[in-house]
Amino acid sequence: MPRKFQNPTEDSLTLKLTLGSIAIAFVGLFLVLPLIVVFHEAFKGGLAHAWTTITDPDTLAAIKLSLIAAVIAVPLNTVFGVAAAWCIAKFDFWGKTFLVTLIDLPFSVSPVVVGLVYVLVFGMQGWLGLTLAGYDIQILFALPGIVLATIFVTFPFVARELIPLMVDQGRDEEEAAVSLGASGFQTFLRVTLPNIKWGLLYGILLCNARALGEFGAVSVLSGHIRGETNTMPLHVQLLYDNYDYTGAFVVAAILTLLGLLTLAIKSFLEWRYADELAASHRH
Amino acid sequence: MSLVIDTVTKQYGRFAALAGASLTAPQGAFVALLGPSGSGKTTLLRILGGLEMPDSGTVRFADLNWLDMPSRDRKAGFVFQHYALFKHMSVAKNIAFGLEVRPREERPAKADIKRRVEELLELVQLQDLGSRYPSQLSGGQRQRVALARALAIEPRMLLLDEPFGALDAKVRKELREWLRHIHDKAGVTSVFVTHDQEEAFAMADLVAVMNKGRIEQVGTPDVVRRDPGTAFVSDFLGN
Repeated sequence: MPRKFQNPTEDSLTLKLTLGSIAIAFVGLFLVLPLIVVFHEAFKGGLAHAWTTITDPDTLAAIKLSLIAAVIAVPLNTVFGVAAAWCIAKFDFWGKTFLVTLIDLPFSVSPVVVGLVYVLVFGMQGWLGLTLAGYDIQILFALPGIVLATIFVTFPFVARELIPLMVDQGRDEEEAAVSLGASGFQTFLRVTLPNIKWGLLYGILLCNARALGEFGAVSVLSGHIRGETNTMPLHVQLLYDNYDYTGAFVVAAILTLLGLLTLAIKSFLEWRYADELAASHRH
Repeated sequence: MSLVIDTVTKQYGRFAALAGASLTAPQGAFVALLGPSGSGKTTLLRILGGLEMPDSGTVRFADLNWLDMPSRDRKAGFVFQHYALFKHMSVAKNIAFGLEVRPREERPAKADIKRRVEELLELVQLQDLGSRYPSQLSGGQRQRVALARALAIEPRMLLLDEPFGALDAKVRKELREWLRHIHDKAGVTSVFVTHDQEEAFAMADLVAVMNKGRIEQVGTPDVVRRDPGTAFVSDFLGN
């Protein structure tokens, strides 16, 4: 009599259904539902109200400030991240483990603490505050402070994305390039960079998303000056605290849209370059 | 006009990879570095290629102080054990790499590079595969691309690290004769690392047997086989 064999990696239907439903319920409840709520609340007061909130000078200023902070912080962290990952993955030196730990610091320290440390350094009662004030340089409650906080908090994203990738790729191709007469810069540009470009892209997108969304450290440093030093997340809180719930959700919706846009760009690039991506994973 | 390696040492932490290795070979020779793993073969090869600097000792080649020259001036074509082909470049681009990275005044014209790549593809019998990517090639084909890429820079020295290590026995035998033929045709001095004595004896003009960072004996295959210089050589060759 023929026996019915079950594929050893195939689970029973009941198990599949149960696990599947749990997963879908979880994702729906914790990820999709909040998104829907944000947009629902934003348009509750009607399109006209949403539009008034968006075109409010303070909202526009907040959007502008967040974008400026990201435009400065993301490229800098891209350069720092690539440099750090390159050092760690391609060279052996004393203190390497320490450097790796240091890169993780912004992940392990609460952003609020970071903000307070900057206040301690740059504040009027701080180490450098008076000196800088003498030169008419303002860090706290101004753009430089916000940018500094954003850079600190988003520092690990690019480096963290690249280090395992570059360690995994090893030094073989770089050594081949050098033996063929390439200079250090040519090796980086023609061999290293093409090999890491996907990881780099993810790192940049994540870094950007985090830079736009940063709240804690920026909150301590910005001083919450309406229309001047309020970033988007701070503006959401400000509107919310002033009982303008719909307004808060409108700004939150813009912030969410920027995040979704980041994901959309990522997905589009993955789809557009699927072949190349698959090829680069093969060895 | 020869390759003279004189008491080269290299220490990795507490491990002496090379403990005073010396070797002399005439220009144009095909030299096999033969020895067990950990005997310093690959380290010596990497020093010749400029990928590693020794702690002490000298290397002279063609009346040049070889160690003073940056690896890009040495023109030492290196064939890596796992080929190290550029994954994101086509076969033709891989081969052209060494020519395209030259400073502008030394760089051949585009058409010349293209012609050179085609010549090399023909030499390694991969005429139709120029537009393929390394991931689309078999091991033996990758090996030949790696060799063509190393030959593109018109090397003075060809360095091969276990060139057949990852290939099956049948392909190995075929490639041996062919590699020897290419060496003769290119007029280079070649050094290749192997732990397979049959391979070393079949291909090389000179066999250098290495042990614990030193070269125990250098000689023609006949001499080394007939008259092992030390107990280790005798033992390693299984006499």
